[in-house]
Amino acid sequence: MKRNLASLVAGLVFGFGLALSGMTHPEKVLGFLDMAGVWDASLLFVLGGAVGVTVITFRFVLKREKPLLAERFIITKETHIDRSIILGAILFGIGWGISGYCPGPAVALLAAPNWELWAFLPAAILGGVAEKLFELRSQQNNEPQPQVATPDAKPATESPSEGSCG
Amino acid sequence: MSLSAFLPSLLGGVLIGVAATLLLWLNGRLAGISGILWRLFFSKQGDALWRVLFLGGVVGGAALYYALYDDVPVARETFPAWLLVVSGFLVGYGTSLGNGCTSGHGVCGLGRLSLRSLVATVIFLVTAIVTTFVVRHLFGVV
Repeated sequence: MKRNLASLVAGLVFGFGLALSGMTHPEKVLGFLDMAGVWDASLLFVLGGAVGVTVITFRFVLKREKPLLAERFIITKETHIDRSIILGAILFGIGWGISGYCPGPAVALLAAPNWELWAFLPAAILGGVAEKLFELRSQQNNEPQPQVATPDAKPATESPSEGSCG
Repeated sequence: MSLSAFLPSLLGGVLIGVAATLLLWLNGRLAGISGILWRLFFSKQGDALWRVLFLGGVVGGAALYYALYDDVPVARETFPAWLLVVSGFLVGYGTSLGNGCTSGHGVCGLGRLSLRSLVATVIFLVTAIVTTFVVRHLFGVV
């Protein structure tokens, strides 16, 4: 219950911050990405403000044995820079550079949708879900399910890459 | 532009950082929007609700801002719909394959000093800058 409330509150603060930052205006994002136009430095301040906070707070948070309301931190230990992370970042960069939408603002814009969002968001969900399906299928092909479940096996709700965003 | 013009962006960024801190400190989760959203479609019982509540909160928080300030984004008149669809698919596919977007790799990954996220962030920023140049200045799409 407390955990659900925490998710909701974190989401509310995130959404308000995102809208306040101006990043739900795609032309403002493109104004930053467009180095050949009239450059708008706003996004730099958004990223600077956000990372300025997390780079300090995460140090302290991650020193804790576990989160306040949950059993453990769900963060990948993966540090390998593989082909999928590079290719994924390139494809995302192309998509982001075309329209000025990334996933956060697209979700926040459900609060005030216009026709652009109805073209972008369903396609984004389709792309994200399609890739996850490929990922799951190739995992099943490469790693056959063990016959006997080990007691310390990870809960089935997590795919191996869960928590790896970041 | 004077420096004070960037104040909302800075404050908004700080709030995003605070939200990411809350989610990690309280629930042990990284506030990466793409991962939270795409995995919602594959999550088992007990793992879905926090995602729905977080994403619902994002919508609610933005709704509150739009209600307080007259700053609702207006659709571009001439931007081609098919380009938005292509862009959407690439953003979805790419963030799923690369395990993160601006919030996951940018805000959270850089926050925990992940080299992997730094590499991803630099790559998608540079790619986006090049793409924007091509789309806007070579193809003239605005």
